[in-house]
Amino acid sequence: MKTVLPYLLSGISVGGQYALIAIGYTMVYGILRLINFAHGDVFMVSGILMVYLTATGLPLYVVIPIVLLATVFIGFAIERIAYKPLRTAPRMSIMISAIGVSYFLQNLVLYITGGLSKVYPAIPFISQSVTLTLFGVTLPTTKVATLITPPLTILLVIGLVLLINHTKIGMAMRAVSKDFETSQLMGIKINRVISATFVIGSFLAAIGSMLYFTNYPSVVATSGSMPGLKAFVAAVFGGIGSIPGAVIGAFIIGICENIIKGLDLILFKAGITHKMLGLTTFSDAFTFVLLIVILIIKPTGLFGEKTTDKV
Amino acid sequence: MQSIATRKKPSRAHILTAVIIAAVYALVFAAEQLLPASSMLFIVLKKGATYALVAVSMNLLNGFTGIFSLGQAGFMLLGAYTFAIFTIPEESREIVYQYYNGGLIRFALPVIPALVLSGLVAALFAFLVGLPVLKLKSDYLAIATLGFAEIIRAIFQWDKLGAITNGSNMLHQFPSFSSFNIRNAQGEVVVYLSTLVPFVIAGVCIALIVLLINSTYGRALKAIRDDETAAEAMGVNLFHHKQLAFCISSFFAGIGGAMLAMYACTVQAKSFTSAMTYEILLIVVLGGVGSITGSCLSAFLFVACSEWWLRFLDNTYTIGSFQVPLLRNGFRLVVFSVIIMVVVLFFRKGIMGERELLDLLRGRKGKEAAK
Repeated sequence: MKTVLPYLLSGISVGGQYALIAIGYTMVYGILRLINFAHGDVFMVSGILMVYLTATGLPLYVVIPIVLLATVFIGFAIERIAYKPLRTAPRMSIMISAIGVSYFLQNLVLYITGGLSKVYPAIPFISQSVTLTLFGVTLPTTKVATLITPPLTILLVIGLVLLINHTKIGMAMRAVSKDFETSQLMGIKINRVISATFVIGSFLAAIGSMLYFTNYPSVVATSGSMPGLKAFVAAVFGGIGSIPGAVIGAFIIGICENIIKGLDLILFKAGITHKMLGLTTFSDAFTFVLLIVILIIKPTGLFGEKTTDKV
Repeated sequence: MQSIATRKKPSRAHILTAVIIAAVYALVFAAEQLLPASSMLFIVLKKGATYALVAVSMNLLNGFTGIFSLGQAGFMLLGAYTFAIFTIPEESREIVYQYYNGGLIRFALPVIPALVLSGLVAALFAFLVGLPVLKLKSDYLAIATLGFAEIIRAIFQWDKLGAITNGSNMLHQFPSFSSFNIRNAQGEVVVYLSTLVPFVIAGVCIALIVLLINSTYGRALKAIRDDETAAEAMGVNLFHHKQLAFCISSFFAGIGGAMLAMYACTVQAKSFTSAMTYEILLIVVLGGVGSITGSCLSAFLFVACSEWWLRFLDNTYTIGSFQVPLLRNGFRLVVFSVIIMVVVLFFRKGIMGERELLDLLRGRKGKEAAK
């Protein structure tokens, strides 16, 4: 237990960060049926913005709102420029466009940073280190960000669910995700709803990026692709289109990934194995094993709706 | 009707196509003898030929069968590793596998059998992967194949398999394209073949894919792409045909991977990321989904633009005391990705749409005849 607990804790924390990204994926998929490959890169760009804006010397209470707003604007602009013109095109073209945007954002950041990794600024309070004692076990020192992520994620998700269930725009979102064309006939302004989806997704990704990068020393142009891919897997795992599904999927994937990272040590300490197996290599791959297993058992994910094809 | 008629007597368009292809090969051979071997052109041609094969193999799945697979990098990795593992000369194994006592495998195969073997290994894995994955629908299939590519990449980096895969260290010392150059006794190159060979390998493989597409199997695959339910109703065994297309595509992706290994002279698992799959997908789309000619053309254009033609954007220029703004390292890729976005947004059909070289040469007359 003593060896498992720190991994579990960081797993829950990473899970919360994945959840914040996964919501962006799942909402966009629910409405546009599009895997927004650029979402992971929006997350990365938000981290880079934070680096550059802090370097200007502005106080943090100005920088954070600017980063949030700028990320939201980027998400909105991507939708308007790259996805909106393709609304009537086959689904594959939009997906290619998303890959193109992702390619563009990565290259742009590569150009601006000159290929160097940028040190992520320390945010007061959440970058502080704390040592906790839980169930009589002293945990290794972690950052406040690790502890603050799960409750913050859950609060944001509750807020989002309230928004979707109790406001007019939320109702419109549900209608559009049920039936795109009919809701258009009912007078819903589709473009406004889609923009709102991208705004919410980017906003949550920006918060996720602040929590995520605080735990890592630096940001590079490709920092967003792995978390993005994993968050997408989490969204599929939970049943794409379902927000609680994405959150639960993200927590499961975050925890599993971190347990695998420590599995060597855990097995070794428990006396099951007598030498290190180097299983850490599989911490990323295991996410995909989980994905394939769930897709085989339940092709629409944990909470996905069953759809039938009509001829 | 057209194809039956032309089989008896080749049409003018067929002859022209053959002439153009032969001319391309002759030009490549001549250029290599005449131009200095260090020219950027040959790097582009070698890499372009490799990417053309991989793009065509992906087009077979995405464009002709309608299976949206994103596992290409994984199958290329399998091919590259198989080729490298089985062709490293015996005397070099101690150096390459220095952390694993020279590795497990103690023999080396000639290049051609190793190429075929690398395709077969990729196809075998595709068969196993396809059993569960091909039952999934569009996006789920895409993400599951992407996942498999990532899993394969992790397995090849696992140090417990180091005696075979060399763990996360790179494999090198295996034959590369330049080992095909014919040398005289003094070690000087007499005939350059290092660019022609990848063209020949890619050409043979692409020709095989074209033959497959024009066969009854190819027509069944197109039927699946256009309407699965209708194809099934017409008696096409969906799973069997998808599995077939998946294995064949992976076979050629494996050979493409082996060619990439020969091009780069080194193999390392960490370079076969999903970004590589995306690049190939972009090539397929830029060339036109469902056009073999398009995939080949755009592979060369893509490689030439990203490696060569836009290179000047990376250098800083000063005219007098005025420094041209924006130009510095990395700007090339920004411009390149903007070009890609413009093509994706405004030229949705890509370079060729669904047409082939043959259709272009037939012109209007051919189109009327085809009706």
